[in-house]
Amino acid sequence: MPANIIEANTTPFDIVDVDPITLDLIENGLRNARFEMDAVLFRTAMSPGIREQHDEFPIIANRDGKMVVGQLGSFIHGFLSAYEGTIEDGDVFLMSDPYACNGAVSHLNDWLVLMPLYKGGRIISWSAMFGHMSDVGGKTPGSLPTDAGQIYEEGLIIPPVKLYRKGEFQSDIMELILRNCRLPHWNRSDLTGIVAANRIGQKRILEMAERFGEDVYHSALEELLERNKRAMRQLIIQNIPEKKVYFEDFICDDGIGMGPYKLACHMWREGDRVIFDFGETDPQSQSSVNFYLNEEMFKMFVGVFMIMVFDPQILFNDGFYDLVDVRIREGSFLKPRHPAALSCRTHALGRVMDLLNGLLGQSKPEFLCAAGMSDSPHFFYSGYDKRGEWFQLYQISFGGIPAKPIGDGPDGHSLWPTFTNVPNEFLESYFPLQIDVYETVADTGGPGFYRGGNALKIGYRFLEPGEISIHDDRWLTYPWGVNGGLPGGRSSKVLERRDGTVEHLRSKCDRIKVDVGDILYFITWGGGGWGDPFTRDADLVALDVRRGLVTAAGAERYGVVLTEELYADTAETEALRIKLTAERSDIQIFDKGGTIAELKARCLVETGFEPPESPRFDVRGTARAAE
Amino acid sequence: MSYRLGVDVGGTFTDLLLIDEAKGATYTAKVPSTPEDSSLGVLAGIDKVCQTAGVSPQSISHVMHGTTVATNAMLTGNGARVGLAVTRGYKQVLQIARSLVPGGLGGWVIYNKSDPMAALTDTIEVNERMSARGDTVEPLSETSLREDLRRLADQGIEALTISLINAYANGAHERRVRDIATEEIPHIPVSISSEVIPEMQEYERTITTVANSYVRPVVSNYLRNLHSELSNRMADVSLHVLRSDGGLASVDAAEAYPVNMLMSGPAGGVSGALWIAQQAGYDNLLTFDMGGTSTDVALAQNGAAQTRRETTVGDVTVRASSVDVRTVGAGGGSIAHVPELTGALRVGPQSAGANPGPAAYGTGGEEPTVTDANLVLGYFPQTTRLGGEMQMDRAKAEAAVQKIADAMGLPLKKAASGIIDIVNENMFGALRLVSVEQGHDPRDFSLIAFGGAGPMHANALGRLTNAWPVIIPPGPGVLCAYGDATTRLRDEASRTYIRRFDDTRSAGVMAILEELADTAAQTLDAEDVPRKDQTTKFEIDVRYNGQGLTLTVNVDLDEFRAHGLEGVAEKFDQVHEKLFTFNLEVAKELVNLRAIVQGKAPIVDAETIGAGDEDPAAARIGEQEIHADGADYMAIIYDRGKLLDGNMVAGPAIVTEMDSTTLILPEHAGEVDRLGNILISPVQMN
Repeated sequence: MPANIIEANTTPFDIVDVDPITLDLIENGLRNARFEMDAVLFRTAMSPGIREQHDEFPIIANRDGKMVVGQLGSFIHGFLSAYEGTIEDGDVFLMSDPYACNGAVSHLNDWLVLMPLYKGGRIISWSAMFGHMSDVGGKTPGSLPTDAGQIYEEGLIIPPVKLYRKGEFQSDIMELILRNCRLPHWNRSDLTGIVAANRIGQKRILEMAERFGEDVYHSALEELLERNKRAMRQLIIQNIPEKKVYFEDFICDDGIGMGPYKLACHMWREGDRVIFDFGETDPQSQSSVNFYLNEEMFKMFVGVFMIMVFDPQILFNDGFYDLVDVRIREGSFLKPRHPAALSCRTHALGRVMDLLNGLLGQSKPEFLCAAGMSDSPHFFYSGYDKRGEWFQLYQISFGGIPAKPIGDGPDGHSLWPTFTNVPNEFLESYFPLQIDVYETVADTGGPGFYRGGNALKIGYRFLEPGEISIHDDRWLTYPWGVNGGLPGGRSSKVLERRDGTVEHLRSKCDRIKVDVGDILYFITWGGGGWGDPFTRDADLVALDVRRGLVTAAGAERYGVVLTEELYADTAETEALRIKLTAERSDIQIFDKGGTIAELKARCLVETGFEPPESPRFDVRGTARAAE
Repeated sequence: MSYRLGVDVGGTFTDLLLIDEAKGATYTAKVPSTPEDSSLGVLAGIDKVCQTAGVSPQSISHVMHGTTVATNAMLTGNGARVGLAVTRGYKQVLQIARSLVPGGLGGWVIYNKSDPMAALTDTIEVNERMSARGDTVEPLSETSLREDLRRLADQGIEALTISLINAYANGAHERRVRDIATEEIPHIPVSISSEVIPEMQEYERTITTVANSYVRPVVSNYLRNLHSELSNRMADVSLHVLRSDGGLASVDAAEAYPVNMLMSGPAGGVSGALWIAQQAGYDNLLTFDMGGTSTDVALAQNGAAQTRRETTVGDVTVRASSVDVRTVGAGGGSIAHVPELTGALRVGPQSAGANPGPAAYGTGGEEPTVTDANLVLGYFPQTTRLGGEMQMDRAKAEAAVQKIADAMGLPLKKAASGIIDIVNENMFGALRLVSVEQGHDPRDFSLIAFGGAGPMHANALGRLTNAWPVIIPPGPGVLCAYGDATTRLRDEASRTYIRRFDDTRSAGVMAILEELADTAAQTLDAEDVPRKDQTTKFEIDVRYNGQGLTLTVNVDLDEFRAHGLEGVAEKFDQVHEKLFTFNLEVAKELVNLRAIVQGKAPIVDAETIGAGDEDPAAARIGEQEIHADGADYMAIIYDRGKLLDGNMVAGPAIVTEMDSTTLILPEHAGEVDRLGNILISPVQMN
């Protein structure tokens, strides 16, 4: 049953001709409204996740819920197709259950607020926004337990509920929800900010509908979607081959001893449509590293990525969705069955971007980018401070941006848009922490004609006893290089106890006890290189050595010989490069640093850990998937 | 007898305004700018304006100057080579910055990051550590430091920045490193973060202090040269420079903290616009300065321009107070284009600039620009006889705009109107940023337009914002010089002081505010401004405990004495609700305390024009066809120099003067006031 939408006025909007200028004015106005929504939330939110790191995503959609401006595609049709209640003027919906919206939000921490906008008794638009809450209850502080077997362990599940019913605030629902969270004042302020941001967005939409007229506004949105579809059709025909292209990448482990998990996809074109078939992706995991991938969200990734790579002038929206067919098998890693745990989906979410890059780039290697910091590594630290007050930190780290066809990847940066780091002086002032080191790690950027960005290393010195959790990946598989570029460096975590003993921590671990004076070195991973490193300007390599971004030993991987003063020795470099080029085998498009079997064989020696066992799949998932 | 002189150095012209301090009378002059050494133009201008006024340069006691020297050094990369000393472990603070990749999802694919303003090879680490509370965790180690500093000097650094972790809470280590630097490398000027900007956030504090070092030698050389040239001609002259926040600073202060001068130029325009509008009786203003490549907008309430705690130049943002000027890449030279894949009309941010310029200039430009569209629509007087500044080639403009018309399948004039509508909308976006997005309703404001292209687009922007009347001041060029000459001496002192309200005694806050006021007042004392002529304002940045950004609450000391932090809390709640529609039941915290001390405003009268009646016929010099709102009209052309106080210019009309053209749209009328302002409003249709 689809949602029951109640409208006092059932007259359909007239589709009128919108002159191209008005169309551009409305598109521009909607974009401004969207940025205003961001601004309101950034300024009012309390959790560092939203406030500093900007883990939130607004959209404005047409009457049918198709996104006209925004980033991650529409969450609204997922909601509309799964919600069975009424929708009325003044309602504000809140939800977090991925299984109740086809994965439009993909774990319980993302609280999604949806607001229909009525004008003259009819829905004229939708606005929606989700933000990552620092805590939603469950068995671990931060609500992201890697070892969860079911979603019930991951915190409060909010089905679609009315936070406002016909304009009236439902405070009992709010209080019920907040009572289940460890940091209720953060959730309250973040959620209030999300609602306020939506209201601002809606105010702007109403102003536009007044200024141009309702029919014009409605028709303009339709035309904007159509305009995007026309542009994307061109891009698809020009850039996607009819012949099947295949790519696979991996999640290194599931946090409970098994891995790697394969994410695999075939891509091909039929006429003006592109098909993505994830049929060979592994079945769902028994831990929470599954990623409930909403097909519409993946279409948005496809669209955005194609636009960025092939023609950044296009403004994207949901208009081209009919041109993309996404096939994900139920019971697979990317569409697990209820009640599979979902909280730690961040690794696969990032890896899907690598997958897409690997697929699209194969037909046009000159447009191909390397792999890089395709994840949001999490760090958690919680406990009681000297005043006896509960503290809880959730922080996202960054790393090497991939080298790409137009240049080097920045060091220690965010692959996700709008994310910024939390100033260390802020952390030290609000949490019992001292950040001893905050720098990137030399040689972790993959060598290439363009260098991948370096990994980030943060040294957290703990000033109170507490517990930490770590969620990271790419400790076993490599961020691959392309077109001759070498892979970037892998991640690692080192805990140096106050007494001097050193422990290597796993990439994914929860609730590790730490004491005053212990230091955690949280090292992420680098970006892969692009193009033949033996062709990189030797002076640039030498400069990076003097900057401390590449070591003298690392320069050898570029075939660069250095003088004592760390400048390139031109003659010796040329000779070495000729020799190394001759010895080397042919350049492959991808350099993944070895097969999975090879990586596992070297695992203990290189990482200090036994390789993970091959996954045993959830019986129900595999069994039902085989139906 | 003593005179004040305002000097604004623009890209093309240097404008000067001489004020007789006793009588308030003013004299203006305009001379060509001399970009290779702008002091030459300034000196030539001084000769000219003194001639006009019939006075000797010796009688000028104060010169007030808005300069873009600092901005240009940043934009062109011509600053000093800066060495940087940071706490061990933070060498890459500028390399990592805030980890942000601009743009949307996948934005990294097209992002190449520029090199940091202080090179990594010129960055050294210092062994020391302060805690967030300002306690010494690890004392400063001097052994390797001396050697490292000498190495930096050997490498060729021209300025040094010291920025240590948590120095905002305790700057002792920074000061000690400076002492050592002074011993080891005495010829290198040093900036330390705890003095330039003693506020939390290591990246922002570091980049701000590095920017200060970066522009310092350039600004210092320029000001010293200018000052000595001026002193040669005028004994005992005092030179002041306009700060980004619209206040005046002494040469010494400007030399020590040039990062506060980055927006000196735009601040002059805003200050001048504000001053002239206030003379006409308007206190709440949106300023709209449209030039060839970009448009600057700002908001002023109750006669004071809104300031914000950051300044952006190019892709660098620093923490320095500046008039909240938002810039959008939309100007007369903005190029219109229609991307093939989408068929949408886009205008800017690419600009034809001065070279090759709009197609109509006939200087090689072929791309359709905003100026070309204005010409096609008939908004420029078509012969120089009618006051146009240069002969424009209408055929070339039409050919250029025709490309847009063809791409969109529209008639020529419709395409031209489209270009104007889109560029107006882009500028409207910037006006929204300073108004609605800060909780201000533009209908409560008047729009004052200047810059070369401002008066032509002002009426249309008035329609979008409903900020009536739209004010077109006379002689838009000299406006900045007015700003320079009429602003006040100013300094501020601030301190980060993060405390929850419930943990803090109002008396303690009061003591800090008074201390800050005294620090800032000393700068003005040094300028011989007696304390009785100084006025002090206080600001407290507040947030709900846990929020990231702060809201600034203006504090009156008497009120604070009476109501303490409770009064501040109440005001904060009001502002928060106005901006964000809600309040929270959460503890509030102080973040920054600030005192701003200003000197007395000079008494200056604006020039007035002769009185006339409603009929502007005497100023009429011709007519021509224009296209507006989808129809053709015959517009009357007026000579601005002949308009009189009381004239009512009915639209459609074009008003010309030497350096700009005003367009009055159909169904609007411009009333001329005694100062020569044109006040445009919609005509009431009864």
